[in-house]
Amino acid sequence: MVGIFEDLGFEAGLAAVLGNLVGVVVLATVFLLLPIFTIWVERKVAARFQNRIGPNRVGPYGILQSFPDVVKLLGKELILPRNVDKIPYLLSPIIMVAAVVLIVAVIPLAPTIIGTDLSIGALYFVSVGSLTTIAIVMAGWGSNNKYALLGAFRTVAQLISYEIPLVFSLLIPILLVGSLSMQTIVEFQDTYWIIFYVPTAAVIFLVSNIAEIGRAPFDLIEAESELIAGYMIEYSGMAFAMFYLAEFLHAFLVAVIFSVLFLGGWQGPLAQDVPVLGIAYLTIKSFIVYFAMLWVRMTLPRFRIDHLMAFNWKFLVPVSIVHVLVTAGIWSALPEPDLSGGWFARLGEEFPRMALNLVASVVIAVVSLRLLRQYAEQERQRLSEVTAMVEHKQYPLATTGQGAQSNVIVVGTGSGD
Amino acid sequence: MELGQWAFVAAFFVVAPLLPIAPIVLNRLLAPSRPSETKLDVYECGVETVGDTWGQIKVQYYLYAIIFLVFDVEMVFLFPWAVALGSLDFSAYLAGLVFVFLLVEGLVYAWRKGALEWN
Repeated sequence: MVGIFEDLGFEAGLAAVLGNLVGVVVLATVFLLLPIFTIWVERKVAARFQNRIGPNRVGPYGILQSFPDVVKLLGKELILPRNVDKIPYLLSPIIMVAAVVLIVAVIPLAPTIIGTDLSIGALYFVSVGSLTTIAIVMAGWGSNNKYALLGAFRTVAQLISYEIPLVFSLLIPILLVGSLSMQTIVEFQDTYWIIFYVPTAAVIFLVSNIAEIGRAPFDLIEAESELIAGYMIEYSGMAFAMFYLAEFLHAFLVAVIFSVLFLGGWQGPLAQDVPVLGIAYLTIKSFIVYFAMLWVRMTLPRFRIDHLMAFNWKFLVPVSIVHVLVTAGIWSALPEPDLSGGWFARLGEEFPRMALNLVASVVIAVVSLRLLRQYAEQERQRLSEVTAMVEHKQYPLATTGQGAQSNVIVVGTGSGD
Repeated sequence: MELGQWAFVAAFFVVAPLLPIAPIVLNRLLAPSRPSETKLDVYECGVETVGDTWGQIKVQYYLYAIIFLVFDVEMVFLFPWAVALGSLDFSAYLAGLVFVFLLVEGLVYAWRKGALEWN
């Protein structure tokens, strides 16, 4: 982009500034407009999961539905409730969207098309992505509403907790590639995608990312049936829409980042020579991952908060730590294969490393799931004893407080849009 | 080149906040604004709100934040370790192992102390 402005006869410095600005505006706007499409996808898919038709009036298959929605939101009154803390209240939606848009900068779309190939791209993704936590806390604190504040506190607990397995599972591809640059990570995957080395890490990464963006089944932070939307309760009009925009964009970007880290990004036949193909491959992979996320969202009921925290601290964190250590051990013990031959030669050279990692990763998954199952059986046993005692009117609830609590089955409803 | 990369990020930091500001300002200009006494009330459940919002909060939330801090700082040190591991020998892995075990010790301690129980 900078080159074009230099050719037009601008000074080098000015060309750099203009080129960067134009590149940023184009890239950010394209991604910011994506939710107009993904919201339709989400509504349509959700409708099909619930045996409904979904939007079908505006345009073919209702694909233009989001445009009248945007116009409607533009006409809605922006209410500034009494006694809100104005600065955090107004800044929050802006920071929320800005933080998500910033992620776009390091996504490699094709071999030559990337916002900027930062040498610390993966770290940039984590740090910028976690800025949304701050925006949510600002919204919750500034709104002067108890529901909003509760939502914000749940956010602190949930988002920072799930950041740990997220970063640990992110460490694993970094470890294999030996670089934090997103482009290098994609180039590494031209033989085997990283998901073939470490499928367990990929699953942990996806799960903790779904928790990070607060989607069902991890949507406690907005839980409409108990907190009536949590931190965004006091927002209206476009300020409210910005939170929604950020959520949908973040969800899609998570799918994109997952494809980049684990599914080979733009890698595919001929992608090296034809950049457009690279973008197409990345888009297809991202939408497949996005569909999987929707599938999870429509299938699982909402977690209860103690289950949510226990699942993270007592399952995901230990498993991801073990996974990092095992993968690191295998990786530093194995000799570097000779990767100078043709594609098929490299495929053969790389195979032993890949297979060994795959086996280790699957073993970790099997062992940890076994342990989880054992725990669940014990827990069920204990609960059925408690239930039996209650049925015989022995009322053990006062003595076993813990049992009384976990006896309650709370089923949340999915988001109702 | 290295600085050029960051110029792009800097440009992003300038443009990114403008993108949400634009529709909000547009909304402010286009939409009607008729504030009324009831409309500006706190939206809770229809009944007038009782007490101060910024009151006391369950201590459990802070406990998780503190445990998180243990990991957060240490994770930063693991990034360079993970990047360099391929070019170092096996002793670097053992060093990392010791480091992670120190970290795990913190988690085990918190677990045994019951800091991870939500009640």
